[in-house]
Amino acid sequence: MSIWSGHRILEKHSLLLIVAILVVVSIGGLVQIAPLFYLESTIEKVQGVRPYAPLELAGRRIYMREGCYVCHSQMIRPLRDEVERYGHYSLAAESMYDHPFQWGSKRTGPDLARVGGKYSDEWHKDHLIDPRAVVPESVMPPYAFLMKKTIDADAVVEEVKAQKAVGVPYTDDMITHAKADVLAQADPNADGSDAVAQRYPKAQVRDFDGQPGVSEMDALIAYLQMLGTTVDFSTYQADAPANRR
Amino acid sequence: MTYETVAAFAQTWGLLYAAVLFGGVLAYALWPRNQAKFDRAASMPLDEEIDQ
Amino acid sequence: MTAAVKTPRTGFDALSVGVVLAAVGAYALVAAARTHEAMFQIHMYVLLAAMALGVVGVIVSGAKPKSAAQSTYNDEIVKAGVIAAMFFGVVGMLVGVVIALQLAFPSQFYFPELGFLNFGRLRPLHTSAVIFAFGGNVLIATSFYVVQRTTKARLAGGVWAWFVFWGYQLFLALAASGYLMGITEGKEYAEPEWYADLWLTIVWVAYLGVFLGTIWKRKEPHIYVANWFYLAFIVTIAMLHIVNNLALPVDAFAGTSVSLMAGVQSALTQWWYGHNAVGFFLTAGFLAIMYYFIPKQANRPVYSYRLSIVHFWALIFIYIWAGPHHLHYTALPQWAQTLGMTFSVMLWMPSWGGMVNGLMTLSGAWDKLRTDPVLRMLVVSVAFYGMSTFEGPVMSIRAVNALSHYTDWTIGHVHSGALGWVGFVSFGALYALTPWLWKRERLYSLRLVDLHFWIATVGILLYIAAMWVAGIMQGLMWRAYNDLGFLQYSFVETVQAMHPYYIIRALGGVLYLIGALVMAYNLWRTARGDVAIQERTPASAPAAVPAE
Repeated sequence: MSIWSGHRILEKHSLLLIVAILVVVSIGGLVQIAPLFYLESTIEKVQGVRPYAPLELAGRRIYMREGCYVCHSQMIRPLRDEVERYGHYSLAAESMYDHPFQWGSKRTGPDLARVGGKYSDEWHKDHLIDPRAVVPESVMPPYAFLMKKTIDADAVVEEVKAQKAVGVPYTDDMITHAKADVLAQADPNADGSDAVAQRYPKAQVRDFDGQPGVSEMDALIAYLQMLGTTVDFSTYQADAPANRR
Repeated sequence: MTYETVAAFAQTWGLLYAAVLFGGVLAYALWPRNQAKFDRAASMPLDEEIDQ
Repeated sequence: MTAAVKTPRTGFDALSVGVVLAAVGAYALVAAARTHEAMFQIHMYVLLAAMALGVVGVIVSGAKPKSAAQSTYNDEIVKAGVIAAMFFGVVGMLVGVVIALQLAFPSQFYFPELGFLNFGRLRPLHTSAVIFAFGGNVLIATSFYVVQRTTKARLAGGVWAWFVFWGYQLFLALAASGYLMGITEGKEYAEPEWYADLWLTIVWVAYLGVFLGTIWKRKEPHIYVANWFYLAFIVTIAMLHIVNNLALPVDAFAGTSVSLMAGVQSALTQWWYGHNAVGFFLTAGFLAIMYYFIPKQANRPVYSYRLSIVHFWALIFIYIWAGPHHLHYTALPQWAQTLGMTFSVMLWMPSWGGMVNGLMTLSGAWDKLRTDPVLRMLVVSVAFYGMSTFEGPVMSIRAVNALSHYTDWTIGHVHSGALGWVGFVSFGALYALTPWLWKRERLYSLRLVDLHFWIATVGILLYIAAMWVAGIMQGLMWRAYNDLGFLQYSFVETVQAMHPYYIIRALGGVLYLIGALVMAYNLWRTARGDVAIQERTPASAPAAVPAE
């Protein structure tokens, strides 16, 4: 009997072959992925990072629905030209509430990790309605239809609850007011509009699309305008023990 | 458990494990006694139509 | 449909399929009634109708009189797979051409009132159609063919095999229509929502069961190496699919879900999935095709069976580590990036080992490349495999990746593998299978195969050359500085510079699509039993071909 009879069993017993395959292909994933749930650099919190306000969350859902991530990244690498073009390199903590991540893999269009505050709401609206009217060389699709579609606030509340269930620290207060916050963030004259910015620091409260009601355009622009704005990099210290990566 | 201990483990025992695994596969593949079996196996796609 | 028959316990397969269909149908009915989401409701009605059709199909097939002359192998399902693969191949490539044209001529190919035709929704449709619909059907069809021939056993599971085939088509229909309607999880190559994912999981477990059951029935003690690759493909894809799609539906009757993982963890899991979809779907599965169809078509055993064993274990062990090279310089910890890079470079060796094994199978019979265009297609696919598996490790090196990442160089790399390797090896397998399955002596026209080969090759070269130049140019422009130390180009200037290359790329895609159409025509005429007039010999005249 040869000492290699072990492998012969593998071939002849397909179940064992499957087990061997599973063992071999599991190791890589386990070694690489499992530590990310424990290592400090990947689970650290950074001052300023907060859960998305309900309207921003609705905008993020539209961003995913329209497949924006196939052409826009949200991950600035620590390379000189990228930092000069787009801003401070992206921190792990900045996408810690992104279920799932939207780092992207391709820049057919520019990176959006810090697009918040770079352009006016008006610019975003015009650009989304007809990109080539604003940037003639653009190859971006038009999104005029976002103006006509209204946000379903109840659906947003459902999503906020689901986000909480998977670990995003929405408080009971945030959940209770989620529906009102959807409407209030897009209407500076609404009753609860001040409370939105208290619950979600630095949340921008205004009528993003310039028309009454909360349209998908409102939500998407609210989302774009907050991207990359929550961390204050004038005080952020990468070398601080808490922020070492 | 820190990153350093994991790395040290991977660079010693992990390397040994991968080397042994590779050695095992290589030895099995090159073992002279398996030659005939492999020759038979290699011709399997060519002699299949017997019972059609 | 041919249900497994002959033994008294025959009814079990039909019954168990019926139970699964009824259970899923019951959920679909309740969900359609209870949901608040209009799009999800449409999908639930589709699901319900599909389940009802499935039950009818099971009953009808069970009621059909069993023909005593049932052939040894279940080739009907392989035929269905060949047809589905060809159909989805053409559709997927057509969508690819459309989105290429959108980037080349945005003013002409976007329609403001038709948002569902925007790039962001069509691009997932393109990737899923070519990878999962075309590639998946090729893999299902060839695996069912190969496993039966190399085990000398009929496909196991009876009706379950058909459940796998039609269930997979249903998954594709849900995924594709979902993209157009905006139903997505927002993860590249894993866009379908949770219910489509769950359905695919059921189908995939059935696939494993049918494949494994056939292996258990084998009359040969040794399992041929192609089946190892198919098994690794099926098992690993199941693992990747389940882990990467872990998600919580916002409601039991809602189509929307929230991914369990976030940020860095989500990113690495996604690229662990994404890169191994390349490794185990587009590589291991198609290597199985190489290990069966090249020896078969060349009528010689594989060059080295020993090498194939080393190739197998080395490939699956190393591939699984390579994912993090998609995340160089990101917020992923650097040790993980380094691991990914190291294993990606190591991956070059098993990849080329496999390539050598495929190419050298021809040693002593190279003259066949002149006379057999199908074999030429298969062999050239292996050459493309070697090329893109050399390029891949180079691009995984951090310094190179700093330039190539986010650019169209990546798109060019993917397509050298997808069009050159996966496409050509699939075309070769389909060209080989069609006469075998429909019992024809030969293809309708070898000249058309030749034509297809050259059109497609020119198309690939245009495509990848354009994307290399464009991608590297783009990367260099992004990091270019002027004399004063400022960034030289605004982003939109780099977009503008891409324009001519996007046109060349679209042209390459059009050529490749035309090639596929020529192929579809050729296969259709072959299945009908025709032989091109110019290529007729007394032996291959239509009269001599037995009717199906």
